[in-house]
Amino acid sequence: MTRHASGLAMSLVQSVDWPAVAPPTIAALTGLAVLVADLFLPERRKPLLGWAAIAGLALAALSLLPLLDGDRSTFCLTTGAHACSYTADTFALVIQFLVLGGALLTALLSFSALEDLKLPAGEFWFLLLSSAAGAALLPASRDLATLVIALEVASLPAFALVGLRRGDRLSSEAALKFFLSSVTATAVMLLGVSFVYAATGSLHLSRIAAALTHVDPRLDTLAQAGVVLTLVGFAFKTAAVPFHFWVPDTYVGAPVPVAAYLSVVGKAVGFSGLILVTVLAFPAYGDVWAPAVAVLAALTMTAGNVAALRQRPERAFSAVRLLAWSSVAQAGYLLVPIAAAGYADSARDASRAIGSTVAYALMYAAVNLGAFAVAALVARTSPANRLTDYRGLYAARPAAALALGFFLLCLAGLPPGVIGLFAKVTVFSAAVDAGLGWLAVVMALNVVVALFYYLQWTAVLFRAPAPAAGTGPAPAARPAAVPLTAAIGLTAVLGIVLSGAPQLVLRFASGTLL
Amino acid sequence: MNHTALQVLLAAVVVLPLLGSVAALLPAPPGLRGRGPDQAVLRHGVTVTGVALAAAITLAAGFDHGHPARMQAQTDIGWIPALGIRIHLGVDGVSLPLLVLTALLTFLSALYAYVNRPPGPSPKAFVALLLLLESGTLASFAVLDLMLFFLAFEMVLIPMYFLINRWGGAERERAAWRFILYTLLGSVVMLLGLLLIGIKGGTFDMVALATDRGAGLSHTTQLIAALAIIAGLAVKAPMWPLHSWLPDAHTAAPTVGSVLLAGVLLKMGTYGLVRIVLPMTPGAAHTYAPYLAAFAVAGIIYGSLACLALARTGAKGDLKRLIAYSSVGHMGFVLLGIATLTPTGVNGALFANIAHGLITGLLFFLVGALKDRTGTTDLDQLSGTSGAALYGRAPRLGGLLAFGAVASLGLPGLAGFWGEMLAMFGAFHPADGLSRPAYLTYTALAGFGTLLTAAYLLIVVRRVCMGDHPIEPGTGTEAARPALADVHGYEWAAWSPLVALTVLAGLWPAVLLGLTDPAVQQLLAGGNR
Repeated sequence: MTRHASGLAMSLVQSVDWPAVAPPTIAALTGLAVLVADLFLPERRKPLLGWAAIAGLALAALSLLPLLDGDRSTFCLTTGAHACSYTADTFALVIQFLVLGGALLTALLSFSALEDLKLPAGEFWFLLLSSAAGAALLPASRDLATLVIALEVASLPAFALVGLRRGDRLSSEAALKFFLSSVTATAVMLLGVSFVYAATGSLHLSRIAAALTHVDPRLDTLAQAGVVLTLVGFAFKTAAVPFHFWVPDTYVGAPVPVAAYLSVVGKAVGFSGLILVTVLAFPAYGDVWAPAVAVLAALTMTAGNVAALRQRPERAFSAVRLLAWSSVAQAGYLLVPIAAAGYADSARDASRAIGSTVAYALMYAAVNLGAFAVAALVARTSPANRLTDYRGLYAARPAAALALGFFLLCLAGLPPGVIGLFAKVTVFSAAVDAGLGWLAVVMALNVVVALFYYLQWTAVLFRAPAPAAGTGPAPAARPAAVPLTAAIGLTAVLGIVLSGAPQLVLRFASGTLL
Repeated sequence: MNHTALQVLLAAVVVLPLLGSVAALLPAPPGLRGRGPDQAVLRHGVTVTGVALAAAITLAAGFDHGHPARMQAQTDIGWIPALGIRIHLGVDGVSLPLLVLTALLTFLSALYAYVNRPPGPSPKAFVALLLLLESGTLASFAVLDLMLFFLAFEMVLIPMYFLINRWGGAERERAAWRFILYTLLGSVVMLLGLLLIGIKGGTFDMVALATDRGAGLSHTTQLIAALAIIAGLAVKAPMWPLHSWLPDAHTAAPTVGSVLLAGVLLKMGTYGLVRIVLPMTPGAAHTYAPYLAAFAVAGIIYGSLACLALARTGAKGDLKRLIAYSSVGHMGFVLLGIATLTPTGVNGALFANIAHGLITGLLFFLVGALKDRTGTTDLDQLSGTSGAALYGRAPRLGGLLAFGAVASLGLPGLAGFWGEMLAMFGAFHPADGLSRPAYLTYTALAGFGTLLTAAYLLIVVRRVCMGDHPIEPGTGTEAARPALADVHGYEWAAWSPLVALTVLAGLWPAVLLGLTDPAVQQLLAGGNR
């Protein structure tokens, strides 16, 4: 009897590979610990919570190291075909690194914002860490249920983060907009997932892929609809056109560090989900989703760039608005290799194309966070954060101005931002390789359009400061906060090192990730 | 000189200005502070460009002149294995003269700016940008990897943009935008062409691709890739009708910017055609050559007609603008030479490249000096009713201007002559398979272009250098026209090398042709070794 029971328990209670799931787990546990600790800490000790959060994120990132030696899977089916729900392969590790690193940099940015905007510290760190935990779980998920849960764990705290500025109408409106459109997208995606489940009888990506090769002809339309609807959910997270309308208002309404977080980690979540679903689960329906993604990419980059071009520099929050639209355009570039993967002849080619997206995303994460960090710095002295406020930044803060100039040139893909240039080259070559010549040309035109506004902003930095028009003395430049300076320095060093040795990230574009 | 020394020299030529550019932004170390930070940083610019020039000259001296067709001083190290991009440097007879020209013109510009500080914001940024520009230009002539070529090609844009935007004259912001947008649009299109060649050809190595002579590329691939690359390079060269950024950029740019833009940057376009399009996509080059030649000739005629229109009395012609349009004409000859696909024509093109760099560089210096003295470059304002009478008011300056003008119109015995003559010679006997009658028409039109060129340059000389001293009515004495300072010492220092080299290249063309000819034969017949 007891033997039988223990045998049953053995088959029901799986052995969990704890080191493999450590990165998201550590982030989540730290979040809970911070939330509890917040209750017991006196007001003046609250900054300690931030450092605890940073330590937790760093620890989670470090826990990636032991996993480097090979692919590990856990939460596998004990019966039937081998299929696992959680796999820590190279792709998962790279994206987890991106997500945790991005969250870490966001945390560094947040110190001064918490102080300036009087945000509740305990809740903020808890929400940030929970969202990061979800985002870290997502790239390793290998079944649709886990994917959806991870996506929601990453998104739900983000709504709250956006709306955290109490009593601020803009902030609440942004959160509501973000929430409503996100929930709609999730609903649509769930419908798609259920269709796919109905057509294939499984939620595991590998089994879906196998089942989709021989779908019952009567269920073919259902499967196709399921594939398309599932992609819609992820397209929303990546802010692809036409699911991008929430982006500018949400970024402007959110505290700057949260906008930075959404632009990097939020996008990484969407992209890794999109990649997992398209490449691992739906390769058989490549002819359905690949053209759709290609068109989506072209529309997204064009819409983002055109809108960014139309930003009036003297409007309030125009800097963040510009970064928001630029992030929409960059999402378009990120989609290009995914579309190319759909056209690839072999799994190896598809994996290389995906590698281009990953390499681009790593570059984008570093420099975009850097740009947001400088924006956060400027926001401390000029809260309206208009582009015109950046005029003469070089005279006031030469290092910050040089760093921002460098980040913008990286985003534009112009030397000295060598890494930005070569990241674009890998995306171009993925498109050319897959025979998507028209998309490469559209992207080329977009790159030039984008250069216009990036360069204009760069040029503004180095212009002579505007003559003091206002009355009274200019607000004295506050000494930059240490964590903020550290974030700018860290991203700048990252950008410069990558520019000297682009191989560090570009190697993903030639290796096999999935 | 042994191989390692040459390798180090070539690497130093490219890297030194880059390091110097970073160093210019840092505070000067004690002992090098000079008389204040501005003077120290300008002197830093002269020192770095001087060292780079010395290295370039030593490199030229150590170059094995017996085998100019061979790639020498090669360095080849992996950089980004993921994309197959290697740091591959080397020089041959085609790139060596351009390297030396670049180093020389930048040094002279730095020297000129040391004394005649360009009006505008801090010289610190000016020097840093100048050095960055030099590094990018030198790199584009020295690299042998398509992606690195593209990188170097792009690297010059930002510094040039800021040089025009911050230190330029009227309308500078619009002109800088135009410059950067045109060139960027061109270079992004070029990138697609380069990628196509690299991906289909299996390597980005320019030497390997040139040796293959397009063997790995289908004719269609060649046609698409070459079209994209030619479009990008044609904007830079500039080829009519893609030239319209050039006059604005030149008019607005500071003197030093104009000198480098005309003297060096334009050459990157034609160099790319010779180095990339001719050897790597020979089939496509053959298809496009007649069209390229037609555009080239259109540029020659258009450039000279525009200049003639600007040189008329009452046209409010700007001298800088006029020289910019004359560049369109001169680069037309270079393009025509390349489009003949014959060794004669391509040699002529490369010669005309160098000659144009020397002569137009000199002319822009002279016009800049004229502007410093009179405050204007408007021909009508300068010459008044009878002429500016520079011969009488500043005889040496007037003499130099006349020298520059006749050199530019292609007087035999000066550098301008050989290149354009060889280009027309090549067009007279184009490569096999190209329509001879068409090329004969081009030759005749180009010949007519030289006539027009002579006409407008002589008009300029008449209006600027000659003229009477007007008699003040009533008093009978000569009117007091503002006295003009004649050529200063630093101006002699900056200009005399250009004058000397113009004469040298004119009297002894073999110096250059001996270098380029074997390399060109090789490029047209079977790539580099």
